[in-house]
Amino acid sequence: MQINPIEEKQVSRTVDQALHGTRHGVPLSLRGLSKQYGGRTVLDAIDLEIAPGEFVAVVGRSGCGKSTLLRAIAGLERPDGGQLRIGSGDGQPEVRMMFQDARLLPWKTVLQNVALGLADGEERARAALAGVGLAERAGDWPAVLSGGQRQRVALARALVHEPQLLLLDEPLGALDALTRIEMQQLIETLWTRRGFTAVLVTHDVQEAVVLADRILLIQEGRLALDQEVALARPRARGSVDFGSLEQKVLDRVLDI
Amino acid sequence: MAVLAPQRAFARLSAALAPWALPILLVVVWQAAAHTGLLSSRILPEPWAVATAFWNLALSGELWTHLKVSLWRAIAGFAVGAGLGLLLGLLNGSSRRAATLLDTTLQMIRNIPALALIPLVILWFGIDEAAKLFLLSIGVFFPMYLNTFHGIRSVDAGLIEMARSYGLSGWALYRDVILPGALPSILVGVRFSLGLVWVLLIVAETISAQAGIGYMTMNAREFLQTDVVLVGVLLYALLGKAADWSARGLERHFLRWNPAYQ
Repeated sequence: MQINPIEEKQVSRTVDQALHGTRHGVPLSLRGLSKQYGGRTVLDAIDLEIAPGEFVAVVGRSGCGKSTLLRAIAGLERPDGGQLRIGSGDGQPEVRMMFQDARLLPWKTVLQNVALGLADGEERARAALAGVGLAERAGDWPAVLSGGQRQRVALARALVHEPQLLLLDEPLGALDALTRIEMQQLIETLWTRRGFTAVLVTHDVQEAVVLADRILLIQEGRLALDQEVALARPRARGSVDFGSLEQKVLDRVLDI
Repeated sequence: MAVLAPQRAFARLSAALAPWALPILLVVVWQAAAHTGLLSSRILPEPWAVATAFWNLALSGELWTHLKVSLWRAIAGFAVGAGLGLLLGLLNGSSRRAATLLDTTLQMIRNIPALALIPLVILWFGIDEAAKLFLLSIGVFFPMYLNTFHGIRSVDAGLIEMARSYGLSGWALYRDVILPGALPSILVGVRFSLGLVWVLLIVAETISAQAGIGYMTMNAREFLQTDVVLVGVLLYALLGKAADWSARGLERHFLRWNPAYQ
């Protein structure tokens, strides 16, 4: 198909808009993706297709390879075999990663951290900070923020680049239960509004059921479960359907 | 409230003065001992005599001449030694190849005390300014080199990975992540070097000099002017303290993001 990139972007955006509102996520495709560390196979020929704008959660026990999978998608690890395709081919898709620790530069203010890597991005950084509810902390040092606030700044830093694919590596793992629920709501709201494709690695099955369209379970480097989550959003944790799905996934995680 | 306020002000004042109580007491005891003849003025002149000597030296302009010479030596020695230490520390911290090539050699040289080189330095440079500059530079080089090297090496790898994934590389990565990350350690090096430069200066100036505080002190010793000797000692103490203050000022300015320095 011979369409120039701008036109194609518009076309795909229109399709996305029809499907999901104002989304502009990119598809992600893995074919036989493998990774070894010193002879040990961490990822064993993973095949995976993720649709544009889809929210996918990856769960599994520690050391199962889920973080390696995410780091390989982010380009932070070089896979030993297989293919990895992000986007539909044209142009460099915007991929951003959120880490478990916020990784803010302590010597830069909150605003400067959000504007990292942007040329003249102060206005956009301010808007992104407002989007995560931290506009008034722009001039503060990261050291004075709470753990949840730091992760919100990290989220703003990722979102200011308008990512088409957002990778989340257990970003809420170190937060207390209430802050975690708030952050989940914030991530869901921003995802609904922006429509990026999201891949969330978590060890919290409930978190996966709250946020994801699809839950993937990785066991010993392989995809062991691909579970669709058909619950309506926003999802009530107390509902019967929610509980039974959570239990089902949890049973699979624990059953080795 | 009206009764409490002056009490609180008094408490604050006494808290501020408390560190000075012991030095003041010592000076008072010293003055009393010297005044009653308990302490011979050949061993230790009374504080008042030291103050007078200080005043007279300041009036005659002699003090400023020597002070200027010493200060210049300290600044030049620090600039050359710490500057080179910083450069090589940055180089070896950033490049594995440079570190492999240079670090072992530098570590060997480091184990030679700078002051053990004095005979050799005199043979090489005579007793000129060059000898003093060399001695000071080599002395302050190592604290600066080691701390810079260590600082660069211990920058959080997670932050570097994050910054790279946000498109920072080359100079931008260096300026925004690596240098600021190494700065706390580099400033420790600055502080060590500034402390060391005075110690080395004292030694260098007492070997042989035609001017400087050390010269003034050694000269006064020949004429048994213990009061002038003490002025010299006090000057060194004051200059050392001033150096420490400026190092702290640098830390407070450059590390203001760090709660430990606020």
